[in-house]
Amino acid sequence: MKIMYWALPLAAWVLSPLMLGIINRVKAFFAGRRGPPVWQLYYDLFKLLQKASVYSKSTSMVIRVAPSVVLACMALCTLMLPWGELQAPVTFVGDIILLAYLLGLARFATVLAALDTGSSFEGMGASREVQFAALAEPSFFLGMLVLVLHFGFSGLSDMVSGISLETWHTSGVLLILVGCSWFVLLLAENSRIPVDDPNTHLELTMIHEVMVLDYSGPDFAFILYVASLKMWIFAALVVNLVVPMHSLTPWLQAPVFLLGIVFVMVLVGVVESILARLRLQQIPKVLLGSAILSLIALIVRLMG
Amino acid sequence: MTIISVLLILSCLLLLGSSRLHVAIRVVAAQGILLGVLPLIRAVGDIHYGIWILGLSTIISKGILLPWLMTVCVRLSGIRREIEPFVGFGPSLLCGTALLGLAVWITTRLQLTPAEAPLVLLTSSFFAIFVGLFLMVARRQAITQSLAYLVLENGVYGVGVCMSLDFPFIVELGILLDVFVGVFLMGNLLFHLDREFEHLDTDKLTELSDLSAPATAVEEHA
Amino acid sequence: MELFILGCVIPIVLGVGVLSISRSKAASWIAAFGVWLGCGIAAVPVISALAGHVLAPLQIAWNMPGGSLSFGLDGLSAFFCLPILLISPLAALYGCTYLAHEKKPLGPASFFYNVLTASMLLLLAARNGLLFLVVWELMAVSSFFLVVFDDEKAHVRQAGWTYLIATHIGTAALLVLFAIMGRQANSLDFDLMAKAGFSPAMATALFVLAVIGFGAKAGFMPLHVWLPEAHPAAPSHVSALMSGVMIKTGIYGLLRILTLLGNPSAAWGWTLVVIGLVSGILGVAFALAQHDLKRLLAYHSVENIGIITLGIGAGLLGLAWHQPTLVVLGFGGGILHVLNHAIFKSLLFLGAGAVVHSTGTRDIDHLGGLIKSMRWTGVTFLVASAAISGLPPFNGFVSEFLIYFAAFSGVRAGAPETVVLTIGIAGGLALIGGLAAACFAKAFGIVFLGEPRSSHAAHAHEVGAAMRWPMVALAGACLGIGLLAPAAVKLVLPAVRVVAGDGAESSAESVATAMRSLTGIAYASAGLLLLVVGLFVIRRYLPRGREETATGTWDCGYARPTPRMQYTASSFAQPLTDLFRIFLGTRKRGASPAGFFPQPTTFETQTPDAAREYLFAPLFRLIDRSLAPIRRMQRGRIHEYLLYIAIVLVLLLLWKAGGRS
Repeated sequence: MKIMYWALPLAAWVLSPLMLGIINRVKAFFAGRRGPPVWQLYYDLFKLLQKASVYSKSTSMVIRVAPSVVLACMALCTLMLPWGELQAPVTFVGDIILLAYLLGLARFATVLAALDTGSSFEGMGASREVQFAALAEPSFFLGMLVLVLHFGFSGLSDMVSGISLETWHTSGVLLILVGCSWFVLLLAENSRIPVDDPNTHLELTMIHEVMVLDYSGPDFAFILYVASLKMWIFAALVVNLVVPMHSLTPWLQAPVFLLGIVFVMVLVGVVESILARLRLQQIPKVLLGSAILSLIALIVRLMG
Repeated sequence: MTIISVLLILSCLLLLGSSRLHVAIRVVAAQGILLGVLPLIRAVGDIHYGIWILGLSTIISKGILLPWLMTVCVRLSGIRREIEPFVGFGPSLLCGTALLGLAVWITTRLQLTPAEAPLVLLTSSFFAIFVGLFLMVARRQAITQSLAYLVLENGVYGVGVCMSLDFPFIVELGILLDVFVGVFLMGNLLFHLDREFEHLDTDKLTELSDLSAPATAVEEHA
Repeated sequence: MELFILGCVIPIVLGVGVLSISRSKAASWIAAFGVWLGCGIAAVPVISALAGHVLAPLQIAWNMPGGSLSFGLDGLSAFFCLPILLISPLAALYGCTYLAHEKKPLGPASFFYNVLTASMLLLLAARNGLLFLVVWELMAVSSFFLVVFDDEKAHVRQAGWTYLIATHIGTAALLVLFAIMGRQANSLDFDLMAKAGFSPAMATALFVLAVIGFGAKAGFMPLHVWLPEAHPAAPSHVSALMSGVMIKTGIYGLLRILTLLGNPSAAWGWTLVVIGLVSGILGVAFALAQHDLKRLLAYHSVENIGIITLGIGAGLLGLAWHQPTLVVLGFGGGILHVLNHAIFKSLLFLGAGAVVHSTGTRDIDHLGGLIKSMRWTGVTFLVASAAISGLPPFNGFVSEFLIYFAAFSGVRAGAPETVVLTIGIAGGLALIGGLAAACFAKAFGIVFLGEPRSSHAAHAHEVGAAMRWPMVALAGACLGIGLLAPAAVKLVLPAVRVVAGDGAESSAESVATAMRSLTGIAYASAGLLLLVVGLFVIRRYLPRGREETATGTWDCGYARPTPRMQYTASSFAQPLTDLFRIFLGTRKRGASPAGFFPQPTTFETQTPDAAREYLFAPLFRLIDRSLAPIRRMQRGRIHEYLLYIAIVLVLLLLWKAGGRS
């Protein structure tokens, strides 16, 4: 049974670039275009891994080490994700705290690599990135608190394995509220509209995109792959929370999980197509709003 | 009922954070409809025609009539957005969080059992009252202030529905009359303010006071 | 125990000896040797106390009324000795090279350094109130003389006065505290005071006095005002010792008084939680707005003291609510953070000292690109930055994880107060961690990365071996504690048992769960390091045979980018400082460039300490004005003063004589 536990991380490592392709396809559909093939990111990664790299003279070892650090953090995070009742390979009480802080370490490395280039564009992106991250972390932890309050404090795998249809009957509102809150965080952390535009490269709109301007070749391949892994991690958290896996037979859980992730990706694509990007000053309000959603969930849990 | 309470809280937060008047009016209309549906849900199994009339009249007056009046006012004066308020929109949200905590604290102090009153609904109603008061103080536009008055009234209504089921019809009529008079007066005021001063910033009403320099009031007229 | 006292006395003796050869270059080296020897000798009893051996206390009679020279080492004292024993020798070694080029005689500075170290060790072992106060004052005075080492500069003198006044306000509160406690217990010995019962009202009053007295030393907001003045003014190895070690003696004092006061009420816990949250969040907000490197680090000390206090407050609430898990893990996390903060904060100050030594400026906006010329300093500073932001695999994460664990374990849906506590701790710690990461991305990024922004930075050089090795050792300790997390927590447990007393009973199971999680974290950290190394090797191996080219940074086609166009510290932190502008009160001076061919212009931001500007300065001005009439009594004539003394003596005599008959 232990080997089965590695199936989800393996699925994450193999399938995550596909998910970004799905989002792009959905956005193209809304725009009336045909769009790139869903396998496009695989082609890009393959092409980039074969290129040579170009480094800026202003940089030091920080930008050379950063892609490895970021990929290591994300890989370790995928090892901590459960799916339904199937446990993650790495699980212990409080592992969700480690997950949040590993994401923080990845962000720290990215920001430092951006400052390493000595470019004011990247400094701008880094500055905005740390601002939004500082506001997004409490929101994530408040959502975590609702989970802990409802399911008891244990490893992530144990906490979500009990979500079933009965849970939806009794406390469906909680799951929806925290799910919405974490979905907003997904949009913020993965640089999706309405927080950030992943397609443009103007300094007015960039937060994450601008920090990777000076990567090339295999480094850039690592960074793109990490972006897809990060999207998978957040989507997996939302799917684990919202889908009542406990009520399904074990064999059905894996396909339903994957379908869930695809559905989240489609939802992200729809949201990106419908909404416009917010002004930068509005984004702290959005993050505060997602924190308040978790607070409301807490209140409902306490009062009802 | 939990869903209605959560939607009530979310609508109040939206009012705190948004600066566009059309959005605010629609949100208050939605609140009115939610609160109209509320006694029907509360009285499931025990519905008699009084409850139906109560619910329907609430929906019509708070959800349709008054918002329509507001929209007419807004269109007549041509205002689209809230001008820079005393408390910015981000800090308003933070204050909203604090007010939510206050509402929770008050509800727990009352020490009611869930059988007597649904606690989440009570919390959200108190929150609506506080948000209404806050918006009246913190915003400059007269229209927003009358909207805030409506929100306050929604909160009071919510508390009333929580506490008892057989709500005397007369009291409800009285409350509605209150609202009507309030809105009527405010509408009048808006119209006059607009005509005399060509803007609706209630903060500038201080210039009417004898204590301030009369020269500025003369300049405004000219 | 005698060994411990010997270890304390050796540095003092050697320090006094060094005063005679003040002008020689060997002075600081001999004094440093004294510190190493003393700490080495004192380490033996400390380790045996931590291992569980009960040391026999030492008692020597003293002819001061109420005082006795009684020393003892229990788990709590032994744990707080660890930072001193680790950091004093390393900082002393660092200081030898750091001050080597000074034109002043180094004898007095080395003497006071040794006295400071010894007095801190003696303080932790003191078991009598009067002895405690005497050693406390000794510590304050010796650190004052160290702070004003550069006393030819006016701002250093000013900082020294601020420090002296602040520490004496704290001492005044402590005097009152010990006086009341001694009166109630009829003795100033800690053992006897522990047995005396205090009524709840008196206990609360004593607690408030302890918070003020020890909080002034530790740096609770708003009593922190001396920290941002004194730490930048002092030489860097002294700042490291003060910030890393000396302010923890305030925490130690607070914990010791808590063990003497009996059962805490929930209000005490909430007070500490609120102080912790306010100090933490506002401390890091102020740090974000600074562009003086050492002032930034000083504000981070305030923030971390806030985190420690948060853990201790959670522990107190656990005692009041009878939740052993919360007690053990809350105190454990807070006390472990004492050691962790000592390590990474001293490392940060030593690194900052290396930067100042090498470039001659503390202003972040004039530095840049130093990692290329100061590789060791850069890497160790990076390790410390990651550690202070609480990122795995370093030690900061371990103590923050324990505090989170305590809060999440203790939360119950039926008990709303636990939920409020957990909201405060989880939300607060997450916010503090995020802001700290932002601030250190700024500090490390602008100082060490990019291109040099001034000629100071362009001509930097790596520092000597005696300055490098202490930093490397401390960085290794940061990583070591992160990888050996369960062992570190085992170190803390004796101290927690002393503080928690009976409250720690029946917590064994949750402690075991926490240990399992920490083992998981240790494995995850090790795995992370292996993965990073492995991926880096793969990455290096991938483009075999392909050329690696170097070029300029992408500048969007701009013809002539200069290093001055890089992001500065203030611009990096601007989104966050704007969020907190109500608390910060930043003053901006300058104009935007105007016109098609703009003239040179300047822009400057200054963030004075809000507590100092709006609380203490007006307060002191008020006191000044109201006490002005009394100045008529002080006209500088010695005969008048002698007259006053004579009158008071006669009055006392009459009072005593009159009372007798």
